Amino acid sequence: MEKKKIHLLDTTIRDGSHAVSHKYTPELIKPIVKGLDEAGLEYIEVTHGDGLAGSSFNYGFSASTDEEMVRAAAEVIGKSKLTVLILPGIATQEDLQMVRDCGAKVVRVATHVTEADIAQQHIEMGKKLGMEVSGFLMMIHSVEPWKVAEQAKVLESYGADFITMADSAGALLPEGVKARVSAVVDAVNIPVDFHAHNNMNLAIGNDLAAVEAGATYLDCTCRGLGAGAGNAQMEVLVGVLEKAGYDTGVDFFKAMDVAENVVEPIMERPQVVRNAPLMLGYAGVYSSFLLHTYRAAEKFGLDPRRILVELGRRRMVGGQEDMIIDVAYQMKNQ
Amino acid sequence: MDKIKVAVIGPGNIGSDLMYKILRSKNLEMSLMAGVVESEGIKRARSLGIEASTEGVKAVLENKDVQIVFDATGAKHHLIHAPLLKEAGKIAIDLTPAAVGPYVVPSVNMGEIQNETNYNMVTCGGQATVPIVYAISQAAGAKYAEIVASISSKSAGPGTRQNIDEFTQTTAKALELLGGAKRGKAIIVLNPAEPSIMMTNTIYVDVEEPDEKKITAAVEDMVARMQKYVPGYQLRVPPIVDGTKVTTIIQVEGAGDFLPTYSGNLDIINAAAIEVAERLAENM
Repeated sequence: MEKKKIHLLDTTIRDGSHAVSHKYTPELIKPIVKGLDEAGLEYIEVTHGDGLAGSSFNYGFSASTDEEMVRAAAEVIGKSKLTVLILPGIATQEDLQMVRDCGAKVVRVATHVTEADIAQQHIEMGKKLGMEVSGFLMMIHSVEPWKVAEQAKVLESYGADFITMADSAGALLPEGVKARVSAVVDAVNIPVDFHAHNNMNLAIGNDLAAVEAGATYLDCTCRGLGAGAGNAQMEVLVGVLEKAGYDTGVDFFKAMDVAENVVEPIMERPQVVRNAPLMLGYAGVYSSFLLHTYRAAEKFGLDPRRILVELGRRRMVGGQEDMIIDVAYQMKNQ
Repeated sequence: MDKIKVAVIGPGNIGSDLMYKILRSKNLEMSLMAGVVESEGIKRARSLGIEASTEGVKAVLENKDVQIVFDATGAKHHLIHAPLLKEAGKIAIDLTPAAVGPYVVPSVNMGEIQNETNYNMVTCGGQATVPIVYAISQAAGAKYAEIVASISSKSAGPGTRQNIDEFTQTTAKALELLGGAKRGKAIIVLNPAEPSIMMTNTIYVDVEEPDEKKITAAVEDMVARMQKYVPGYQLRVPPIVDGTKVTTIIQVEGAGDFLPTYSGNLDIINAAAIEVAERLAENM
């Protein structure tokens, strides 16, 4: 029997950007893209961690512009599809047009899980530019499965080619992943992608749950490099999927090599589940808040876990990094 | 002094809230509510004893007494209304993104543009953040200003949602043109939390001279000026100076005239539009 195909999307350079404080330069990007391309990763995502135009006080400034990053990747990419992320409200259609002209072929348009209707312009623009488009829902743990499915249908109606479901807080257990992925798979007629965070050490397990529930695309990063405790570790995922009888089209040895030889040397810290990222998952907080929370905790002399619990209680969504300062300031002056 | 007669075109949520604000005004008289169908807003106006018409801009043009017109329709409609209103000698206060006339943020540039025939109200985020950027740029010089406007999902209407780029682009432009920043950037985040979050704005400025005392005094002074026409405008986090980076957080609680108090974003643009009309009325 033919093995079931799982499409892998590597986001070491995009989600991993959070873990290296957005320091990627063309010199760092090129060997990663080259290695991933040669290993056979189908999609390679490149941008600031918060997507196009994410370089800011709020999310951290990038060492390179979007244009420099995408051009660098385009220069060395072969068969893999060069992918970018855009968050409506942060970047505009002009930004998308610009990176398409630099060689981007795929765009993922991301909104909070309840706000799909702000993505219409950008999805339609992506299609008009001849790009493959994913409609991307963040923080899927925060609502019931039916709501995720409803919003996925909205994205499909705008012309998305596949749906990405992100457990942005790494808060879901496998059952929660299964329930949400099945609901979306049942609701739409396009493929479903799952994006895990490893805050509760469940990224790979949750990926297996997603695949069992019908997802055919998975996001991953070398060494798991990413926001919070990181993402599903690419080279591990490749091995696991192979053992489980799926076809990823990725060369397992080459995948391990790029992780160990190219990405590991540029990491600023091992990608492990420390206490604060564990709190992200536990309290359901957006993973890229992590390093900003460490900084605020230090500045205001607070325990980062207390800040994260309060952010979770306030139900802050992706993009609200500024509220970390607000919470820390209010706690300090209570 | 006689009250200046005004009209509102567009009897939706914004238009209805404007109507209640006008009813509270000492200088403005709510003469006409104009829409295109027998909507709730039209009925609401009539129930308050206000003349209402479904003839749209035509009804406004035919009303000789109306001197100031609030346009709360959409950009496409305002582009049609603007020349007609001008020809009829009426001053337009434009709450759409059409940007026919100059941007106005009352606490910043009203004094400089008293003789225009069309005023554009920028965006809700612009009304909330441009004053702070202006205060800081006056006190310390602004190389770069970046704002993050967080609003409750419920207060973001279809107009904002279908054209969210307009918000980021217009607001960024106003941070430069009116705020005085050499470069501006705007971010908007919608949050669906229940109970709904208050509109919150974070303003980051990269300054030339990080004099904390001077910056804090300028911001506090501006907040006091804003509170005169937006009572729910509050400083949540006073300026934090970190090197040349200044971080300030503002919260806007709505007056609750017609819209719920959490939608400070809708309240502030309406309150600013009323302030423009009040200032014009003083000189009429």
